[in-house]
Amino acid sequence: MKFTLLIQSAPIDSQSSATALRFARALLSKGHEIERLFFYRSGVQSANRLALAPQDETNLPADWQQLISEFELDAVVCIAAAIRRGVVNATETARYGVEGDNLLENAELSGLGQLVAACAASDRVVTFGGGA
Amino acid sequence: MNSFLIISRAAPYGSAAAREALELALACALFDREVALLLLDDAVYQLLPEHSPAGIGQKNLAAMQQSLPLYDVEKIYVCQSSLEARGLRPEALALPVTPVDPQSLKALLREHEAIINV
Repeated sequence: MKFTLLIQSAPIDSQSSATALRFARALLSKGHEIERLFFYRSGVQSANRLALAPQDETNLPADWQQLISEFELDAVVCIAAAIRRGVVNATETARYGVEGDNLLENAELSGLGQLVAACAASDRVVTFGGGA
Repeated sequence: MNSFLIISRAAPYGSAAAREALELALACALFDREVALLLLDDAVYQLLPEHSPAGIGQKNLAAMQQSLPLYDVEKIYVCQSSLEARGLRPEALALPVTPVDPQSLKALLREHEAIINV
């Protein structure tokens, strides 16, 4: 089956992002396909590569980066939600005239249309961290 | 999956949840998908008329809400018991809504393909 995963909570504030990551690994290990990972609302924080963790703790953005690279997944971060929360790539820092970018190297900033299109192309949509 | 049900449970202000639910509903409509909005719990406050959030530095959601029918988001469902618990009547809301009881809520969840809890 084809799945789209929607991640909406920040790694530090909720377990949801970690659960989504484990769910994604479980799907792939069972031979399912991931059409797209979409990071929305505070979930965009999962794509902040400058989030740092003490050595003996999990660093979720790094784990997402690893998963995305390993399986060459399509990972889209909602651009409107991300720039409001300071998750930006070099294009956006140039556009807004600020310094320093922090988006995961293998994620893309784009619009909600990418979520809608991914849902349309999927058999299942699973949301993590909504409702608050 | 082409029919979307966007569920919001949040009050209009106090977090970005209501705005981000509306943005998603509008995006679905903009990309020509069938979309309905379901307001549960404090989300029923989102449609009270005459918000004045400027005092807390927030932008009024009304403009976005009024654009819903223009984008053919005409199916707005509100939980009947959430309204009653807050002493609200559907006629008092700023847009036409369909109140739903627990039975029709179940039907709504069955009828839609992609259910997104924002």
